[in-house]
Amino acid sequence: MLIVKKFLRDIPAVLGLLIISAVCFIAVFAPILIPDPDAVYFGNIIDRLKPPSAEYWFGTDNLGRDVFARVIMGARGALLVALTVVALAIAIGVPAGLYAGYTNGWGSEIIMRVTDVFLAVPQLILALAIAQLMGRGLESAMAALALTYWPFFCRTVYSEVRRVRNALFVEALQGLGASTSRILFVHVLPNVASPIIVRATIGMGFTILTTAVLGFLGIGAAPPSPDWGLAIAESREYLPESWWAVTFPGLAILITVLGFNLFGDGLRDLVDPRLRRSR
Amino acid sequence: MSGSDTALLEIEDLVTEFGGAKPFLGKAQRIVRAVDGVSLQLKPGQALGLVGESGCGKTTIAKTALGLVREKSGTMRLEGRVVSGLSPKAARAARTTIQYVHQDPGAALDPWWSIGHALDEALRIHGVTDKAERTTRVDEMLLAVGLDPSFRTRYPHELSGGQQRRVGLARILVLRPRIVILDEPTSGLDLSVQATVLGVIDELRRRFGLTYLFVSHDLSVVERMCEEVAIMYLGRIVEIGPTKEIFARPQHPYTRALLAAAPRLEPGSLNDTPALPGDPPSPSNLVAGCAFRPRCAFAAPKCAEARPPLRQIGVRHLAACVRLDEIGADNPA
Repeated sequence: MLIVKKFLRDIPAVLGLLIISAVCFIAVFAPILIPDPDAVYFGNIIDRLKPPSAEYWFGTDNLGRDVFARVIMGARGALLVALTVVALAIAIGVPAGLYAGYTNGWGSEIIMRVTDVFLAVPQLILALAIAQLMGRGLESAMAALALTYWPFFCRTVYSEVRRVRNALFVEALQGLGASTSRILFVHVLPNVASPIIVRATIGMGFTILTTAVLGFLGIGAAPPSPDWGLAIAESREYLPESWWAVTFPGLAILITVLGFNLFGDGLRDLVDPRLRRSR
Repeated sequence: MSGSDTALLEIEDLVTEFGGAKPFLGKAQRIVRAVDGVSLQLKPGQALGLVGESGCGKTTIAKTALGLVREKSGTMRLEGRVVSGLSPKAARAARTTIQYVHQDPGAALDPWWSIGHALDEALRIHGVTDKAERTTRVDEMLLAVGLDPSFRTRYPHELSGGQQRRVGLARILVLRPRIVILDEPTSGLDLSVQATVLGVIDELRRRFGLTYLFVSHDLSVVERMCEEVAIMYLGRIVEIGPTKEIFARPQHPYTRALLAAAPRLEPGSLNDTPALPGDPPSPSNLVAGCAFRPRCAFAAPKCAEARPPLRQIGVRHLAACVRLDEIGADNPA
């Protein structure tokens, strides 16, 4: 288990993995971890904007809801959105990249030029535009993010396939008479899998951040959902007096994104040591 | 050459070109003629050596015969059927009795797949659906190439060079081909391993009644393994004939130079080895007339006039040189 040993020596990456595990644990067991599940949606208006105390660990927001309960429940939504977005982006980007990388000609050119156009426009702006077109809601935010994130996968897979395509074992398989789909999905795909996994891990953190930004701008989750970005947007007018209602959801975003990025960096170093800390 | 009805594989006037494709929004690539009018015959059970410098088109002939590269013109007859002029997919399907062993069999195996898995896949591609049958055939073939069936669970990077060659052979022999193209089967192996691998190759030929097209630049290997040799220079065959005859009485100046340049196991012999002057010219930039003319010790003005055709000079022995009669007297070999 040389690879595990090597990974364990990378302290930031191990830290990232611990953070991710903790966030996943919290997301799965969220209802058990909070004192009163009702406090997520129904606050006590008399107790509004209370600072952190023994009763309300993270204080309460402007509607008297327990910030701790809302931050914990928010982990669920954040992870679910990130997983869905990255899965959708992989579902579009990877087959497109495989096809474009393996073939020459019009189809390949069209896919890559569309990819270039998507990559040329800042992702957040594009996602804002698409989400705006599709109407408010978490679903349209997720669709918008997936539609703007697939080109990253497509590019990565494309360049990797270009490299593997000329490997001798691909030629040997052609010589044996293997079909193109067999070569692509059974042989080329596993050989290009590691950069996809790295990209997906970093993409998880990135998506959580972007979802929070969309929520903050009022495009993603709708109230009374315990979305982290939404919580910051709702509570920001009570700054700086009631700092807790903004700070704790913000910290949740920061820590989760940091965890995914550290872990993703570590994975990438493991997969390709030449790219060590080169960002 | 005669005897077309007995030949297993007959290649006639084969031409293979690369480039010429015009990419989208790009400049058309220039055309390189890698194989320029080659005719060969492979008789059942025969081993034909294909010898020449790097870049002379040996591997391209092999890949064209296999169907990986599409021929520009020329005819190929396999067991009497015409298998040329087909689409790449149809060509490969029509030529399944021809199989190819790569120069680097380690790199020809998917690094993620175990040996057993890779061999099994070859059979699956060829439509053997019965799992038990595939297993027996793979085990049998591993034993036939001198490997224990326990090698199934190994991965390509865990094998030595010699073991990789054996796996490369086993992988195509499970498909029961009639013609096997061996591309530099001994390159990169040390001498003792070379000898063992050549022994295995020779034994497999007798055991399975195989016909070999032996691509190599190692003259000693070709002398030992092949009954006939074809010497190639820049996409053309310059001399072809029985191995013994060619090694004893080389006719074409290029063959003579090649044989003279081969290192021998005599102390000090390297000093009087006449090296061939100049670099092998590029096939994208050919001279008029005989392609070997710029490096030939016997070049004369008439060599520039036309491409010399192959001429009969003995029983099944042909050479392409216009000055054969004049230079025949001072044979240096």
